[in-house]
Amino acid sequence: MTPAIRAEAARLAAHFAAAGAEPVETAILQEAGVLLDLYGEDIRARAYVTYDPLRGEMMLRPDFTVPLVRAHMDSGRAEARYAYAGEVFRRQEEETGRPSEYIQVGFEVFGGTFPEADAEVFSVISGALDGLPLRAVTGDIALIVAAVSGLQTLPARKAALLRHIWRPRRFRALMERFAGRAPAPAGRAALLAAADPFAEAGPEIGKRTGAEIAERLRLLAEDAAAPPISAGELALIDEILGLRAPLPEAIGALEEIAMALPAIEPALTRLRQRTEALAARGLSPDALDFEASFGRTALEYYDGFVFGLVAPGRPDLPALATGGRYDALTRVLGGGRAAPAVGGVIRPELVLELKGEAP
Amino acid sequence: MIRLGVPSKGRLMEKTFDWFGQRGLTLRRTGSDRDYAAEVEGVEGLELVLVSAGEVPQALAEGRLHMGVTGSDLIREKLAGWDQIVRPLAPMGFGGADLVIAVPKYWVDVETLDDLDAAAAAFRRRHGHRLRIATKYHRLVREFLREEGVADYQLVDSQGATEGTVKAETAEAIADITSTGETLRANGLKILTGGLIHSSQATLYKSRRADWSDADRTLLAELTRRLGL
Repeated sequence: MTPAIRAEAARLAAHFAAAGAEPVETAILQEAGVLLDLYGEDIRARAYVTYDPLRGEMMLRPDFTVPLVRAHMDSGRAEARYAYAGEVFRRQEEETGRPSEYIQVGFEVFGGTFPEADAEVFSVISGALDGLPLRAVTGDIALIVAAVSGLQTLPARKAALLRHIWRPRRFRALMERFAGRAPAPAGRAALLAAADPFAEAGPEIGKRTGAEIAERLRLLAEDAAAPPISAGELALIDEILGLRAPLPEAIGALEEIAMALPAIEPALTRLRQRTEALAARGLSPDALDFEASFGRTALEYYDGFVFGLVAPGRPDLPALATGGRYDALTRVLGGGRAAPAVGGVIRPELVLELKGEAP
Repeated sequence: MIRLGVPSKGRLMEKTFDWFGQRGLTLRRTGSDRDYAAEVEGVEGLELVLVSAGEVPQALAEGRLHMGVTGSDLIREKLAGWDQIVRPLAPMGFGGADLVIAVPKYWVDVETLDDLDAAAAAFRRRHGHRLRIATKYHRLVREFLREEGVADYQLVDSQGATEGTVKAETAEAIADITSTGETLRANGLKILTGGLIHSSQATLYKSRRADWSDADRTLLAELTRRLGL
């Protein structure tokens, strides 16, 4: 970590403080269990795991969001704005040339109102990088959630699709199967028709019980009997997921899709409201791109507005800034309580690199 | 001087000696049965080192060995970005085994990874913890399941008798090496369709990280010619 990066981090943190944020710190060592429950086993490939004889498995913080949400929810405060600057640690399993330790400078708003808080966070983050040649990309995970929830199909199918929004490959495989385009596993029909599906099952071993297996067989039978998701609906989902256009044009396209898939109407209204709130802060919608699938692979706790600031013509650089809304995460970590939350981070070393100042 | 590492014990050592022998290169142990000294007959500049197959990947990565014989499963498990570190010179045709995912045969509803993923989601809701898969191949299994988009599982470490973990209820499924599937069946387990993670066999590797002098390179060229690689 060079003095130049630290100085840039301090400049960004001061910008966030001037926007009304109070400085916060979080521990570098985080309980592994919380992160594993949230992100699943994949996080082990991306975070450093260490062992503490008293506290068990610990991780070097892979980001600030999780400890910050926990601290805020524990504080019992309603509304707060936080700024932080510090190292995060990301293990690299392949030689990618990316650093495994870098600084994130962040700005987070808890308890703000919609859509002003979305616009505020985006405006403060992009304002800190004013003057740099950056492309702003926005997206909205809530729109995908609304589209899937609005499909004319079994609730179990929708639940399975919603669970995999952040794993595009499995999402696609499930869509193909539910649309009747992928064959069922060999022997599945015979199993479901069998008088005693457990006839050749062998002994019951392990913690997963016969009752649980019978319940899943019931769901499989229900699924097999249900009509496939229609080609029309499949095409609408594809159209939404593939949408990439300047924001006003994207809203126009979504208005047409909403005529066939009215379930997205409330999410679309929120998208329009956010766009107006951004415009009210002087951020022209024409200068903002909308990519419906943005944030589906990297930012798995975001559940509404997502954004990134990327350097065009520099595919070697990751996004300089990323952020979004993560209300659902506060519910997961809040022990029964939830709070609206929006935030974002900037990577100062990438800012210096783009400016041509060697970090 | 080229340092060639070969397995120090058991059938893997014998088969390795045979493989080189059939290609006109006689490997033999020197000294007593208890020390790990060995040599290659009639080749100047080639030093034979007997090491545990499990230590070969790291020794190749650190350049302590120029060449080494070990299982391709061990190379892939222990070396991140393995193909940047070693180059396979020859699959040797023995020590074959498959790394597979196996679940209880009793799970009549689970045949594919799709099923495993759905069962894992329901299991987590019901039992309050993620579905446990016992293995010693953490990296390979995790990479495979991430690639396939399986969620709501956790890996639990098992360094031996992995097939027994389901019955012992320390895991719900396993990912392990099998050659005939016999032990899996005997423990009431079945292999998932599409659950083949890697087909492993003993392989001769060359280290990309070791120092190769001009003399070493000349000798390597001669060895590859003699071994018919």
